[in-house]
Amino acid sequence: MTIMTYRQALHDTLRAEMLRDERVFLMGEEIGVFEGSYKITAGLLKEFGDKRVRDTPIAEEGFAGAAIGAAMLGLRPVIEMMTINFSMLALDQIINHAAKIYGMFGGQARVPLVIRTPGGGGQQLGATHSQNIELFYAFVPGMKVVAPSTPADAKALLLAAIRDDDPVLFLENLGLYNTKGDVPDADAPAEIGRASVTRPGNDLTLIGYSRMAHVASEVAASLAASDGLDIEVVDLRSLRPLDRATLVESVKKTHAAVVLEDDWLTYGIGAEVAASISDGAFDYLDAPVRRVAMAEVPMPYAKPLETAALPSRDDVIGAIRQTLAAVGRRAPRPAAANGVAQ
Amino acid sequence: MASQARQRRSAPQAPPAQDAAGERDGQLRAFYRDMVLIRRFEERAARAYTDALVGGYCHLNLGEEAAVVGLMSALRPTDYLFTNYREHGYALLRGIDPNRVMAELYGRVDGVSKGWGGSMHMFDMTHRLLGGYGIVGGQLPLATGAALAIDYRGGDDVVLCTLGDGTAAIGAFHESLNIAALWNLPVVFVIINNGLGMGTTVAHSSAEPDLYKRGAAYRMASARVDGFDPVAVREAAVKAVEAARGGRPYLLEVVTERLRGHSVVDPAKYRTADEVERLKHEDPIQIFGSKLTADGVLDADAIAAIEAEVAGVVTAAADFAARSPHPEVATLFDYTYATPVPNDSRRLPGQPLFEPLPFPAGTAATSAGVSA
Ligand SMILES: Cc1ncc(C[n+]2csc(CCOP(=O)(O)OP(=O)(O)O)c2C)c(N)n1
Ligand SMILES: [Mg+2]
Repeated sequence: MTIMTYRQALHDTLRAEMLRDERVFLMGEEIGVFEGSYKITAGLLKEFGDKRVRDTPIAEEGFAGAAIGAAMLGLRPVIEMMTINFSMLALDQIINHAAKIYGMFGGQARVPLVIRTPGGGGQQLGATHSQNIELFYAFVPGMKVVAPSTPADAKALLLAAIRDDDPVLFLENLGLYNTKGDVPDADAPAEIGRASVTRPGNDLTLIGYSRMAHVASEVAASLAASDGLDIEVVDLRSLRPLDRATLVESVKKTHAAVVLEDDWLTYGIGAEVAASISDGAFDYLDAPVRRVAMAEVPMPYAKPLETAALPSRDDVIGAIRQTLAAVGRRAPRPAAANGVAQ
Repeated sequence: MASQARQRRSAPQAPPAQDAAGERDGQLRAFYRDMVLIRRFEERAARAYTDALVGGYCHLNLGEEAAVVGLMSALRPTDYLFTNYREHGYALLRGIDPNRVMAELYGRVDGVSKGWGGSMHMFDMTHRLLGGYGIVGGQLPLATGAALAIDYRGGDDVVLCTLGDGTAAIGAFHESLNIAALWNLPVVFVIINNGLGMGTTVAHSSAEPDLYKRGAAYRMASARVDGFDPVAVREAAVKAVEAARGGRPYLLEVVTERLRGHSVVDPAKYRTADEVERLKHEDPIQIFGSKLTADGVLDADAIAAIEAEVAGVVTAAADFAARSPHPEVATLFDYTYATPVPNDSRRLPGQPLFEPLPFPAGTAATSAGVSA
C-alpha cells in the first residue's frame, strides 16, 4: 500500500501501462508540453516522447475519431478529453462509431479505447464547463462507463479500462484529483460492471458514484458518530454496466435508499438506480427512494447560486433523515377505525 | 515560436495626410488611451483573481490591446461581435460600462451577464456583444448564423467573429467558413494569432501555419496584419468589414502576443527562456506609445494624464463590483426557460420531489394499508 492522491494514482497507472504495453499511447489537448490541464500526464512526454504522448490540435471530433481508427487496427489509445463538456464535440465519433463498430461489423473489429475525462461542478466555471453528462455515455449500449471515487479505484479501474477491448468512458472528477487514499501496489485490475459496498450497514443504503460516493462515505461516517446511524454505502463504480444485484441486495437488507448524483435529477443516473431498486426490491422498501441531485438549471457562475445548485452534505443528511422518518411512519401501528387517508 | 516565424510586423504605415492631421492625432491618442484602459483593467482583474474576488477561469487580453482597439474601432455600434472567453477588452471597447464588466468578474447582480456568465461569458445585447463563449469554436457557427439572419432580413450590419489561432483547428472553423462563403454572408472571421493555444504553438497545431491562407480553401479574401499596430489593424479591419457589408465574408489574421499565461493561474513554464526574454521587449503599449511620442502626438504629461484617468476608471470599477450584491439564491430558477413551462423543476438539491405523505394525528396505518 502507498498513500497517494487520485491524481498521482492516475499518473502512475498510465505510466505503468505504457511501460507494460507498447500499444498503449496517449492523445489529447495539452497533455504533453503543457503536461495536462490537470497535470495527470506530467512528465510523460519527456519520458515516452511525442510518438506515445501526442498533443493534438483543438479538434475533439478529429482526435477521438483518430483514436478509434487506431484502436480498430490494434493500438490501445488512452485519450484525454480536457473536461467532459468538450467531449460533446466528439459525440458522433464516440456514440455513432466507437460504440457501434464491434456490433455493427459483426464482431470483426474491436475498439479498445479509453476516454479519460473529468466532470465536476463547483469551480465557478459557469454553465458550459460544470456539467456532469456521463449519462450520455452510460445510456449507450456498446459503451462502458466507469467512475472511480478513490485513488485505489482510480488505479484498479484504469488498469481494467486499458486492458478492456471495448470503448470505456473513464470518468474522473475535478473535486477528487487532490483527495488521498491507500493504493495497493499490486497490478490488480478491478472488474468493470461491479459496484462495491464500501461501508456495511443496516439502517439505510446510501448510493453514489464519483465525487458523490466520496460524499456518501463522509456523511455515513459522520452520522455514525453523531447519531449512531448504521448506513450502508454503495459506490456504483461502473455506470454501464450497472450492478443492479448489489444495489438490490443492499436494499433488501436496509429497506431504504438515498441516491446521490452530481448530474441533473430528471432522467439522470439516479433515476435508473431508483427504478432498478423499485424493480428488484419493491416489497422490501419502507420508504420511497430519495434522490439528491443538482438543481436543474444551467450552472450559474455566481458563487452563492452555484453553491445552492450543487448537492451539499447537509442536503444529503436532510434526505437521509427524511427517509428514515418515513420508514418510522410505515412501521406497523394499531389500526384506527377510519383507516388511512391516502 | 521563433519570432521571425511570427511575421508580425507589416510595412510601416504612411504618415497621416496633413489636412486630417488634427483629427487623426485625436484618434491616435484615443487608441492609446483605450489600450491603456484594457491593460490596467486586466491587471486589476488579475489582482482581484489573486484576492479570490473572481472565480473560475480568467483569461486576459494582455498583449492583445492594439488588436482589440483596432478591430473594435472598425465596427459600427449596430454591428455584432461574437468572441471567445478572452473578451474583457472587447466588452470594454464595445462601450459597456467598465463597472458592469468588473461586476461580472465578481459574479454580482450588476454584471453584464447578471453574474451568470463570469469572465468567459460576457453578453450585452444593447452593445451588440453577442457573447464570450467558453467552448472553443462555439462562437463560429453562431456568428455565421447571425450573419445569415442579417442577410435574410436585408440589413447592412456586419458580424465580426474573433477566434484564437488554436481554434482554427476545430471542425466548426471549416464548417462555418465554408457556409459563410457559400452563402455570401456578411461576416468577418478574425483569427487573433497570439502564437499559442494554451501551451501549443501554431506550428504544432496547424498544418498551414500561415493561418490567413486558409481563406483560399473557401475562396474567401484574407489578409494578415500586425496586431501590435492599432492603426494597421483598424485599416485592415475596415477593409474586411466593408467587404462583408457587401456580402463577401473575409478572413483576417491579426498577429499578436499573449504576454502572460493562458489564464491568470498559468505560469507558462512551457515558454523558453529566449522567448520570455524576447517578450520583455514586446509590449504593444510601449511600442505604440514611443511611436506617438516620437511623432509628437503624445508626451510624458499626456501619458501621465491618461494613466491617471484610467486608474480612476479601473479603481471605480473594482469598488463598484465589490459593492454590487451577490445574486439571491431565490433567483436560481429565473433563467432556465424563457417561456414558462409547467412541471419545470424548481427543486434545490436537498428538497424531495414529493412532500412526504401526511399521517393525520389519531389515525394510523396497518402495515398492509400503506405498503402500496
Ligand atoms: C471544445 C473545447 N476544447 C478545449 C477547450 C479548452 N481550451 C480553452 S482555451 C484553449 C486554447 C485556445 O487557444 P486559441 O484558440 O489560440 O485562443 P487563445 O486562448 O490563445 O486566445 C483550450 C484548448 C475548450 N474550452 N473547448
Ligand atoms: Mg492563441
